Amino acid sequence: MDWDGVPGLLETKEDRGETTLVVETATLVEACEHLRDEHGFNFLSDITATDYLGWPTTTSRVAGYYGTAAGRDVNAPGSAGLARLPGDRPKRFSVNYHLLALVEGAPRLRIQVWVDDGEPVPSVVGVWPTADWHEREAWDMLGIPVEGHPNLVRILMEDDWEGHPLRKDYPLGGEPVRFSEEE
Amino acid sequence: MAIVERPARAVLDPSVLRGDQPLYSGTKIPEPVPSILQLPEDLRDSDDVMQVNFGPNHPSTHGVLRLVVDLLGEEIVGLRAVIGYLHTGFEKNMEHKTWWKAITYPERIDYVSFQNNELVFVLAIEKLLGLEPPPKATWMRMLLCELNRIHSHLIYLGTSALEIGAISMFWYAFRERDMILDLSELVTGARMHTRYFQAGGLAEDVPRGFYPECRKFCDWMPKAVDDYESLIDRNAIWLERTRGIGVLSAEDAIALGQSGPVIRGSGIDWDLRKRQPYLAYDEVDFDVPVYTHGDVYDRYRVRMEEMRQSTRVVAQCLDRLEDMEGEPWIADDRKVVLPPREELHTSMESLIHHFKLVTEGYRVPAGEVYVTIESPRGELGCYLVSDGGPRPWRVKFRAPSFVATPAAATLCRGALVADLIAIVGSLNTVMGEVDR
Repeated sequence: MDWDGVPGLLETKEDRGETTLVVETATLVEACEHLRDEHGFNFLSDITATDYLGWPTTTSRVAGYYGTAAGRDVNAPGSAGLARLPGDRPKRFSVNYHLLALVEGAPRLRIQVWVDDGEPVPSVVGVWPTADWHEREAWDMLGIPVEGHPNLVRILMEDDWEGHPLRKDYPLGGEPVRFSEEE
Repeated sequence: MAIVERPARAVLDPSVLRGDQPLYSGTKIPEPVPSILQLPEDLRDSDDVMQVNFGPNHPSTHGVLRLVVDLLGEEIVGLRAVIGYLHTGFEKNMEHKTWWKAITYPERIDYVSFQNNELVFVLAIEKLLGLEPPPKATWMRMLLCELNRIHSHLIYLGTSALEIGAISMFWYAFRERDMILDLSELVTGARMHTRYFQAGGLAEDVPRGFYPECRKFCDWMPKAVDDYESLIDRNAIWLERTRGIGVLSAEDAIALGQSGPVIRGSGIDWDLRKRQPYLAYDEVDFDVPVYTHGDVYDRYRVRMEEMRQSTRVVAQCLDRLEDMEGEPWIADDRKVVLPPREELHTSMESLIHHFKLVTEGYRVPAGEVYVTIESPRGELGCYLVSDGGPRPWRVKFRAPSFVATPAAATLCRGALVADLIAIVGSLNTVMGEVDR
């Protein structure tokens, strides 16, 4: 397909048979409306945010997890023959919109925007109403502020929860274990 | 017997919903928040409106779902779903496990269609690895996933009928469910949460005696579905309580991202097994049932018919598998797949591979993939990011139940409180999957 008309298109990636369109955050809604109306992507399958804090780069040469035990080097690239260095990431978070067109052949498309910590993405609830809970989850789990969302409150965690659990700097097991003898 | 008459509707070809179709106008989807049915302005200060909490521990919610409902008499005028009570951080935990160990997690996310959840994760790993499983593994996966689909629909049927008052249905449905779990135990050694699919194929070969037992089940199941239908299909109470209740139009269903039996009950002929064939679904013969009224009854009909079709697929898988005796069940890639047990006694190389795979795990090339399959609940997606290391960087499941739950606000507009249970039950949500 021809993606030239997509507003704010920065990059088109093809990998393993999947197409990814990297678009500008500011014109995300226009890009989504264009894809829905011109290309027939009438079905929003999923919205996923990903935290790339500590993502291995060509200079650091160490993969693995930020904030875990020091000296972890089992992930050093090249030691198993399969690994190849992942590409650089422009900003800390990516937000991915997985689209589907309900037509013959079921074409799929991923729209990707990149944001830094605290940088908002525009809401696409007006384009696909199903985005409502997906965007709340992205806010709750990764702390992506969604601008223009009608009801941006936590969804899975409690209302007064501190932190965003799926961030890479949020520790696993950081919550104290309750109901033990010595509380 | 007074049966609700419903106007006839045509099956909608999804391809007509292209371009500038007015998808989002003239529908029942609430404004401004699609997932919340707001109390109307003129009722805000009314003393007649009563707010009632359904849940989080209401027995009819199949888990822990809380529905905050505003009632005007018996009519629902406001509804908000509150979730998160079952949140256990599966995705976070999976980021800290090797790919190999993480396979156990998806099954527990949706504990009713465990086999399908396992499949989508394994397929995603294989897509990242570029690994092709042998045909025997593909057909066995298909067989187990279809058995699992019947299992999931049986639980829906039993519990939904129970909630509406047809208590005996529950016992009949669980009789056949137990047969499926027995088959599962025969193959994998576990009744649920089998961890039978590996990246590259299956964990073990299919045991002797499985095919004849499964064949017996295939002969039995269509009769059992006939039994269910004779119990409730013409039952006046069942019809009164399901027909014309919780109507979802085709346009609303697409806008709300619904899938699976919900969208097929609303008149949209959409099944990923046909539209985007994975495994070997393009080589088997089955029909996709589509009903057009979009109410609780049609969603029930879709699932009943799907049980018959799944039995057909299982029988065809058996035909193929019976000719595959002695063929490999897992790919021969020693960097990913455990070496055969007997080789560990004779081959140093195999021992090293075994040790490396179990301790460090295999490495998956860097990249991101999004894989979708048709689970019993609809479009189940798995988004994976790998940094080239032995652990997933990010795992995300597109859970069909998570998408179906907010649709309750649309479906319950103007409904009566007694219908609430029937409507939420017909969406067939599993709370483990909603909260992950």
